[in-house]
Amino acid sequence: MKQLLAILVDGSVYASWLFIISAGLTLIYGVMRILNMSHGSFYALGAYSGASMVGWYFSTGSVPWLSFVVLIGAALAAGVTVGLLVERGLLRFMYGRDEVVMILVTYAVLLIMEDAIKLIWGVEPYFAYQPYTMLGRTKFMGLTFANYDFMLIGVSILIGLALWYGLNRTRNGKLLRVIIHDREIAGALGINVSKIFTITFVIGAGIGALAGALTAPGLSVVPGMGIEVIVLAFAVVVIGGLGSISGALVGALIVGMARATAVHLYPEVELFVIYAVMGLVLAFRPQGLFAVANARKI
Amino acid sequence: MSKRSLALLLILGVATLVGGLLLPNWMSYLFTIAMGKGLVVLGLVLLMRAGLVSFGQGLYYCLGAYVAGMLTQFAEVTDVLLILLASVSFSVVIAAIIGLLLCRYREIFFAMFSMAFSMILYGLLVRNQVLGSTDGFNVANPSLLGWAPGPEGASNLVLAVAVLLVFTLGILAWRYLKSLSGYAGEAVRENEIRLEYLGGSVFKIIYVKYIIAAGLAAIGGTVTALVSGHVDPEMAYWTTSGEFVFIALMGGTGHVAAPIIAAVLFESLRTYASAVAPYTWQMILGFALLAIILFLPSGLWSLVERFQNKKPRKAP
Repeated sequence: MKQLLAILVDGSVYASWLFIISAGLTLIYGVMRILNMSHGSFYALGAYSGASMVGWYFSTGSVPWLSFVVLIGAALAAGVTVGLLVERGLLRFMYGRDEVVMILVTYAVLLIMEDAIKLIWGVEPYFAYQPYTMLGRTKFMGLTFANYDFMLIGVSILIGLALWYGLNRTRNGKLLRVIIHDREIAGALGINVSKIFTITFVIGAGIGALAGALTAPGLSVVPGMGIEVIVLAFAVVVIGGLGSISGALVGALIVGMARATAVHLYPEVELFVIYAVMGLVLAFRPQGLFAVANARKI
Repeated sequence: MSKRSLALLLILGVATLVGGLLLPNWMSYLFTIAMGKGLVVLGLVLLMRAGLVSFGQGLYYCLGAYVAGMLTQFAEVTDVLLILLASVSFSVVIAAIIGLLLCRYREIFFAMFSMAFSMILYGLLVRNQVLGSTDGFNVANPSLLGWAPGPEGASNLVLAVAVLLVFTLGILAWRYLKSLSGYAGEAVRENEIRLEYLGGSVFKIIYVKYIIAAGLAAIGGTVTALVSGHVDPEMAYWTTSGEFVFIALMGGTGHVAAPIIAAVLFESLRTYASAVAPYTWQMILGFALLAIILFLPSGLWSLVERFQNKKPRKAP
């Protein structure tokens, strides 16, 4: 019983973390048909800028509660700026190319960003544990949970709701969905596709950076963290179906629970189980759980 | 292939071999690694000619290396030929199983799922204490038909085997690309439905290519394991596979020699760059990748082709 509770809580925490990361990835793919390899680098960028700013903020000895604002603000600012730079400076010249070519282009961006981060922040690990410890811990049924993790669940729900509202209830969101259905017709109807592309990429990059910032207090920020994360995010969005936000949510829950179960019961298969679940889903539904199958063009 | 070009290739092969053996140790080591990676990329190029980019060749590269390492460490088999045979057959069997699932996919899905499979192996290896977890384990020196050279002789032996393999497999791959099944790869890339209509089986064509690529990757992994004397799970990590894709793009898919030359170039550049600029090496790679995509989409080999086309052709 105790173990079940631990698995459930750990699983939800892990799932919400996965959802925040993969939401940006799946949004960008859904709208722009770009499987953004550099998403992991935006995650790392957010973690680094958040952690270093929080470290600086605490050294000034100001009000500790405001450190959350600093953490999230720094990450969003960095993510949005670099996202804008990458989209306007590089990706917009590549639109219309093959999807595989776009993977390679974003792979190049990933390689560049990885080293850029090393050049700016060095290779020593960063710690921003203050926001994590500040919230304290809760004892429940003999188990101790960090309150920060519960906050993470809340934030991921908020992000999910915001994305849902933005896509379904706002004018820009509806325009965006038109583009998802048919890019050419959308352009013919007078929708400024390239503007929406820029906005989408910036939002996606911003969410990626936000995910990094939210993770930073819980662990040490080290080089290469983005490269580890990107394959996990791929597994999540592929299970749910590329380009589907609700798919990313379900994928995150499945992967999160599977991993928590493995960690508690069979720690040796922790990484293996994630891809095994993915393989299983894809063997039966090749396009993922929530995506609509595309008709093959002759 | 004419007798003349065969003779030329033979001379080139002997020259490469002698040259490789005469090089200082660190350079011949680098050269052997490049040969191994070149073979992996050769397999990747076969797939890319059919329009499929695999981000998971590291799976078979690592499998081949681990089979080789485990044979020398746990079964005390050190014969190069036996090791090669074992690691290729093992990888081919695995590829035959995974291929059944993977060859249904195209484009980014093929790329991502092949990556996921290599990450499965990575995940299993980092958690395996017997196989040294993240550190991997050492590989014993190889021997050939009962002849066991010392540590230095062993690396020369691997070099000789690698050069021999590159030339034989290169010629075989060249022959293959001129065969019906080889040409069918390009037809798959151009239009699958038309190919099916003409009576070809797209699945079978891709499946065969996938298995060949896996075998080549296993050979490359074995060569790397034997010459470096060490294997670790990093070989299955997706960045290793990304490196192979990079080399393939750098060389281009125009000719079987392109991936081998690109691999040699890549390894020398890397050795140089990691000494001069350890923290900007990936950045250099990234900018180079962008430059290749933008200005040289058919890779370095297209420069050779351009040069060849300028020469007036003899009338047949």
